[in-house]
Amino acid sequence: MTTMMELVAEPQLAPLEPKTIGKVAIVISKGSLEGVYPGLIMANGARMEGIDADVFFTFFGLDAIRKDRVEKLKVATVGNPAMHMATWLGVLPGMSWLATKMMARQMEKIDMPPVPEFLELLADSGARLYACQATVDMFGLTLEDFVPQVEAIINVGEFYARAAGGQIVFT
Amino acid sequence: MTMADYAVDVDAEGFLLDPAQWDEQLAEEIARENGVPELTDRHWLVVRFMRERYLTTGSAPSIRALGKESGVSVKELYQLFPKGPAKLAAKIGGIPKPKGCI
Repeated sequence: MTTMMELVAEPQLAPLEPKTIGKVAIVISKGSLEGVYPGLIMANGARMEGIDADVFFTFFGLDAIRKDRVEKLKVATVGNPAMHMATWLGVLPGMSWLATKMMARQMEKIDMPPVPEFLELLADSGARLYACQATVDMFGLTLEDFVPQVEAIINVGEFYARAAGGQIVFT
Repeated sequence: MTMADYAVDVDAEGFLLDPAQWDEQLAEEIARENGVPELTDRHWLVVRFMRERYLTTGSAPSIRALGKESGVSVKELYQLFPKGPAKLAAKIGGIPKPKGCI
């Protein structure tokens, strides 16, 4: 007896050869230290695998490429349940400073560079860094306000055009 | 898994399983197969640095350490090995694929 199921065409299976990613476009939208690092690490990891990488900094993520702020990024101690510490403790003066120092030390231990050096490493690796036009306008900034590794200020349309054919990662 | 014409054991990605099976002629063969047609002195500097560091410390250096300590800048590393300097230099140098994220 032929059932309906047998009459339905076999689904086409995806080919089994390993697929690779040729290109990634990574968005960094947060300005805390723990918000900035993941995108930087993923971009560098891509370059290390021979994958093209663009990094697009938007909203408070711009802090990571601002000359006046790149060395002052802080770990958020409030509103971050993963800190496993009482909220009232997080607001005490110096707590964010302390958490930032601790994270910086741990990062150095695993050979992760501080953010300014990380941006140099990325640019030297051939990753391209961009600032988001809309938020640059919102904060009243210009290309002069950014570290020299930033290639240009681009809008969302240009970002998508650059990202075409690759994977987009939002952080 | 073995490499063509060489009695060496490699993993699924072509990294040598035993660094002792490595020699310079093999290095040149691996390089050719991986898009580096000729190993220049600069390539050799990086490959030897990677290999020595692995053999003395048990792990391959990060790209950061490679750029700072090998005598070849990060920029040049990517010119020499466009498909990934740490990974390729490890492969050519007959050591396992670097495990670190940086």
